[in-house]
Amino acid sequence: MKAVVTVVGRDTVGILAKVSVVCAEHNANVIDVTQSVMKELFTMVMLLDITEISCDFSVLQNALYEVGEKIGMKIHVMHEDIFNSMHHI
Amino acid sequence: MLDTTDILETIRMIDDENLDIRTITMGISLLDCIDSDITRSCDKVYDKICRMASRLVPVGCDIERMYGIPIINKRISVTPIAMLAAANRGDPVKYARTLEKAAKEVGVNFIGGFSALVHKGFSAGDKALICSIPQALSETERVCSSVNIGSTKAGINMDAVGLMGNIILDAAKATADKNCMGAAKIVVFCNAPEDNPFMAGAFHGVGEPDCVINVGVSGPGAVRSALTKCPDGDLTEVADIIKKTAFKITRMGQLVGKAASERLNVPFGIVDLSLAPTPAVGDSVAHVIEEMGIEICGAHGTTAALALLNDAVKKGGVMASSHVGGLSGAFIPVSEDAGMIDAARSGDLSIEKLEAMTAVCSVGLDMIVIPGDTPPSTISAIIADEAAIGMVNSKTTAVRVVPAIGKKSGEELEFGGLFGSGPIMKLHNDRSSEKFIARGGRIPAPMQSLKN
Repeated sequence: MKAVVTVVGRDTVGILAKVSVVCAEHNANVIDVTQSVMKELFTMVMLLDITEISCDFSVLQNALYEVGEKIGMKIHVMHEDIFNSMHHI
Repeated sequence: MLDTTDILETIRMIDDENLDIRTITMGISLLDCIDSDITRSCDKVYDKICRMASRLVPVGCDIERMYGIPIINKRISVTPIAMLAAANRGDPVKYARTLEKAAKEVGVNFIGGFSALVHKGFSAGDKALICSIPQALSETERVCSSVNIGSTKAGINMDAVGLMGNIILDAAKATADKNCMGAAKIVVFCNAPEDNPFMAGAFHGVGEPDCVINVGVSGPGAVRSALTKCPDGDLTEVADIIKKTAFKITRMGQLVGKAASERLNVPFGIVDLSLAPTPAVGDSVAHVIEEMGIEICGAHGTTAALALLNDAVKKGGVMASSHVGGLSGAFIPVSEDAGMIDAARSGDLSIEKLEAMTAVCSVGLDMIVIPGDTPPSTISAIIADEAAIGMVNSKTTAVRVVPAIGKKSGEELEFGGLFGSGPIMKLHNDRSSEKFIARGGRIPAPMQSLKN
């Protein structure tokens, strides 16, 4: 089972690090990361393997939302199926 | 890996363009709750609803969290209660109270099916149920009622049409202290679909399985936003953009419906691929029409624009779901659509134009506030006109009008929440349809019904 994490906001130092720490703490394996900075807008999309996470999916979601609030970034954590079903036939 | 642009598009549609799943509706058959004793029957109804739907709301919330897509309503539809009332001839209001109690227990905001199907005539229980609608709706908050008075196959039951004019007026009077809310929870149908997940007209048809999950999607905001990116394209391009957006929206409905069905261990019925507006800014069907180039919804060209929209939504959605059903098309509920409210307020959108629009969209005259002193025969005549459009065009049409008791045209009625607010529309009140309605009888089924 995979989840997609998106992080959008003003670019600052250590965004990737802070988000990855939370993933590691919950045993979510980061499979892929793409990020881009256009002007000052930082966008990161991260694919997580959540098959062996150490907690409930909603606990991981809440932990990531908390980090988002702390660093002032908008974070979404969604099951990958929503993107697959919407954009792939 | 998934494409970043696609991922961000989905998130933008949800966050900024009000894309959501409007409702997960569990259809529950109550045929096994029929009993010659009404108290025993009500107990069975309560037990069955609570048993089948106990996990509906928590599962809905779970799916919402997991996929990050808001699921606005979790609802229940049941077998038309007139069928249960027929077996015992008890007071149908007892059933309404039972439905209210069960809906409250399982945490759904609406329960539909306080209904009767009388398109060819009244059978046992039908008249008693219809006459009890005003009291039932004034005593409950979550119960919704619908009556099917016509169909392409059967024609129009004008006795029922005549009766419904009074019932709608009485329901408004009985809830006059609550903004006449009772009338907003009655839908009078021609060709009512049996698997519609949307309120207030949802009921669980007799041909449906014991329990089923139906999903209604939404997303006029997403369609409008997609159109803003093509300000100068011709109408073929416009139709293509709408199709693509409708496909994406419907895929979400399909995903959520399947997930809910698996988790609840209940068969998946249909996705209703409707564009359902809300009073929220940016969630309006009228604004989609205006984006196509009509200055304000109601101006000449509105019907053509709506026909294009309605057709493109279906074409886009039909491939995205394994089973499409319900009403499936664009809704035009006046009080629930910010653009329609503005157009009605400015006088640009009249009831005559709305009637024409209903010939090419998925429902009918929906959430229209009319003067409180409208004679019941005029309300019946509005229903008859609308039913005729549905009957002849082999489509669903419905009437949900709200007489604003004590108010006149030009004033407004405020419902709040998803029901929104509506300016009172001008009718031809001074011209009577009374004699026509008083004739009663049946309008015969049209030639279109003879397809065999």
